[in-house]
Amino acid sequence: MDLFNAVIQVLDSTIRLSVPLLLACLAGLYSERAGIFDIGLEGKMLVGAFAGAAAASVFHSAYLGLGMAILISVAFALIHGFASITHRGNQIVSGVAINFIAAGSTIMLGQAWFQQGGRTPALASDERFGAIIWPGADALRGVPILGPIYSELISGHSVLVYVAFLAVPFTWWVLFRTRFGLRMRAVGENPAAVDTAGISVAWLRYRALICTGVLTGIAGAYLSMVQNGGFVKDMTAGKGYIALAALIFAKWKPVNAMFACLLFGFLDALSIRLQGTPLPVIGKVPVQLMQALPYILTVILLAGFIGKAIPPRAGGVPYVKER
Amino acid sequence: MSTPYAKLPAWADYVLIPLINLFVAFVVAGFVVILVGENPLRAAVVLVEGAFGRGQGIAFTLFYATTFIFSGLSVAVAAHCGLFNIGGEGQGYIAGLGIGIVCLAFDSVLPWWLTFPLAIIAAAAMGALWALIPAYLQAKRGSHIVITTIMFNFIAASVMVYALVGFLKPANSMAPQTRTFLDGAQLPKLNWVIELFGAKIRSAPFNISFLLALAMAFLVWVLIWRTRLGYEMRTYGHSSKAARYAGISETRIIIVAMMISGALAGMMALNPTMGDQHNVALEFVSGAGFVGIAVALMGRLHPVGIVLAAILFGMLYQGGAELAFEMPAISRDMIVIIQGLVILFAGALEHMFRPYVQALFASLSPRSVGMEAIKGKGA
Repeated sequence: MDLFNAVIQVLDSTIRLSVPLLLACLAGLYSERAGIFDIGLEGKMLVGAFAGAAAASVFHSAYLGLGMAILISVAFALIHGFASITHRGNQIVSGVAINFIAAGSTIMLGQAWFQQGGRTPALASDERFGAIIWPGADALRGVPILGPIYSELISGHSVLVYVAFLAVPFTWWVLFRTRFGLRMRAVGENPAAVDTAGISVAWLRYRALICTGVLTGIAGAYLSMVQNGGFVKDMTAGKGYIALAALIFAKWKPVNAMFACLLFGFLDALSIRLQGTPLPVIGKVPVQLMQALPYILTVILLAGFIGKAIPPRAGGVPYVKER
Repeated sequence: MSTPYAKLPAWADYVLIPLINLFVAFVVAGFVVILVGENPLRAAVVLVEGAFGRGQGIAFTLFYATTFIFSGLSVAVAAHCGLFNIGGEGQGYIAGLGIGIVCLAFDSVLPWWLTFPLAIIAAAAMGALWALIPAYLQAKRGSHIVITTIMFNFIAASVMVYALVGFLKPANSMAPQTRTFLDGAQLPKLNWVIELFGAKIRSAPFNISFLLALAMAFLVWVLIWRTRLGYEMRTYGHSSKAARYAGISETRIIIVAMMISGALAGMMALNPTMGDQHNVALEFVSGAGFVGIAVALMGRLHPVGIVLAAILFGMLYQGGAELAFEMPAISRDMIVIIQGLVILFAGALEHMFRPYVQALFASLSPRSVGMEAIKGKGA
């Protein structure tokens, strides 16, 4: 039973840790499917986290915080669009720029406005998204096996967790069952064809980037308003890049993205859980190896040893109307 | 919009437009300063004074610039070959491992002028090795170099924590850093050069690796514009198809370019370790690899431009430290914002102001932009 409880705990923290990855990964999916590389997921999450926590603590409302997180994150996505769609700049350079601006401005504005070393004030419980206890969760807790699964894994998360996991089927539906999704995929593969059909390539890509901004905003809000009761500098800590890795791992497909993020979240949860404890057979695994595992896995995948990941064809190439 | 950009005089292309971009980046940065309630003009004065006002400041500016020259050159070499090496941070960090091993082994037996070349080789080799794997994967397996080099930054961070905690730190110490290097692995200072001009310097880590950086800048210029290899790299960067038709081996050119780039990034680690801290510590690169991106873009991938841009960023780092001291509302992170803005305006938005500059030139002197014929026809 101890082992079972341990497994449940690891799985529970897997869910908590994979949510920001999942949201960022889906965010990247929208933009990359539309043919815009987005290295700036990290930065957009960071500004989202900061704006969310700052607004929530000033206005004492979690939902206003979330709204502000989305708003600022979308604004940054639009800067990326302005540089890479309107001015046909290098998308990677623009993404890198956004990461820097985000990293610097969140700390500086945080320090100037709240004077807590780049942090935002600790959020009170009504300024955060609390856990939602599903009906009967407490009553069923005692039931063996199913009880803990229901009350720990399924119930007891904040609303953003459910939003993240609902975003997966929603994204699938948008991508593969709507006109917008079809066009978005087309613009990522062959923008000239979309243009010939009389549809604006730029406007389509901008809309995709707005979706990206919304999702990274939610991801940031999750970090600062659910996982942590306030903003801490550099709190994204490379999650944007892991999300990018997960996106490649998932071959740009929403359902795969969920599993990739759960896998990376699981590795993270496991490395926290196993810190210092020796494993059977392998012996003691260095924590650093566990932490590096998502990156190593991505490199191996990219090398084509676990199936080939083929990116959208027009990805990274600015669209020039006439030739 | 489909007409190719009209030709501008070289000075406009290489001086005027970068300066406009830089100016806009600083204007936007000025708005951030206003946002935190300070006066941007006074901030600019403090910044420039802090960087160049006294000998101390100049020495620090050049100390920071040294690292940025290496990282800027690293980005530029790869960029000439059409590759975006975003992994300078990791390549420089992992080079610390080579430097650490060499210095710990030889600092008690060899003088600095023997340890230094060994450390250069170790740093360059480790950096090149760390770039080799992404390069090989790009060349042979088609995996995107940007993603793999980012991944290798993170892997390098893990490896370095493991190495520092595991075997580089002294057994009886808790801090994850090597012991302080002895005299045999401490680079001589160059502060006396600045003192020749009458300035006073209390202590600054400006050291001999600056000369190595300048030498590398010259060698990169020779490589890119005066050798066959450099020509092949530029050809490949311009059009990989043309390079293939010309019989240039794709695998070879990618791997060679990335290894040179990695070696330069690796050498960046010499300055902070052997020149300043005299140890290898956690996170000693602290973002210098990424600054290289801004420096290379600002310097338009030319060694001369890169040296100037590196000094500019050295000035920002040194002046920024003074600024944070003078104006409490502004922290050192202001530099990170400026860096981001420079990358945005000089890199991603580099052509934003071009049409306006062209229009201006065309109206002032049509000849200078080669518009004469078109105008003649129209009239």
